[in-house]
Amino acid sequence: MVYLTRKAEFSASHLYHNPAFTAEENRRIFGRCNNPHGHGHNYTLEVTVKGEVDPRSGFVVDLKQLKEVMHREVLDAMDHRFLNKEVPEFLHQIPTTENIAIAIWQRLVTKLERAQLYRVRVYETPDLFVDFYGEP
Amino acid sequence: MKAHLSRRYLFSASHRLHSETMTDEENKRTYGKCNNPYGHGHNYVIEVTVSGHVDQQTGMVCNLTDLDSFIESEVLARYGHENLNTLPEFASQVPTTENLCIQIYEIMQRGFHQAHLERVRLEETMMNSFEYRG
Repeated sequence: MVYLTRKAEFSASHLYHNPAFTAEENRRIFGRCNNPHGHGHNYTLEVTVKGEVDPRSGFVVDLKQLKEVMHREVLDAMDHRFLNKEVPEFLHQIPTTENIAIAIWQRLVTKLERAQLYRVRVYETPDLFVDFYGEP
Repeated sequence: MKAHLSRRYLFSASHRLHSETMTDEENKRTYGKCNNPYGHGHNYVIEVTVSGHVDQQTGMVCNLTDLDSFIESEVLARYGHENLNTLPEFASQVPTTENLCIQIYEIMQRGFHQAHLERVRLEETMMNSFEYRG
């Protein structure tokens, strides 16, 4: 089994706000991330797939195909977007790094050919990242 | 859904690698430049990974503010700008980065209960790092 990781970057804005909480609770729980006008990050996405090496091509996965799927399913939807307003998953769910990693997993998992999705890692900043392995 | 959250923190400290159970010659052979009697320092990076179910209400594994304030008060305040050899936990063990990594893991295991501790990874320099999973 070989694991292959492909990186991508996207920039987006978001805010953390739960309408079920009072304004005071939102401020206390989410701090500065609750600023109603939003704020942004340069996200780094790392997608890791696993599989056996194809004896003819020597590939675990066709990188070109992986790159196209990542562009189509993730970057086209999230790059230079306000996540809360423009990405369907986040209309009713807070776009925390945890939820972004889960949403990206769900966008990719059925679209990959041959290789199996192993991990989605999303860096919100170089000092903060979330890994999602598809665990329920 | 279960996710893993990782956070990196920086601190600087000095240490000397020297074991009382070895002769001077053995210490020099084992630890090389790290055995310099006056000590030396590093910029350490701690990478902490915790896991848990993503809370439906907050979208979080745990509140980052809780993790940051725990690490700040229990780890960074304890080790930042210190000579590790002078601390009680290193009175009878050598402050290698392996041992320091285990100490930080145990501090978290004892005191941080807002999420499950997966691992502590400690970078001594950009070229070497150590990881402890309990």
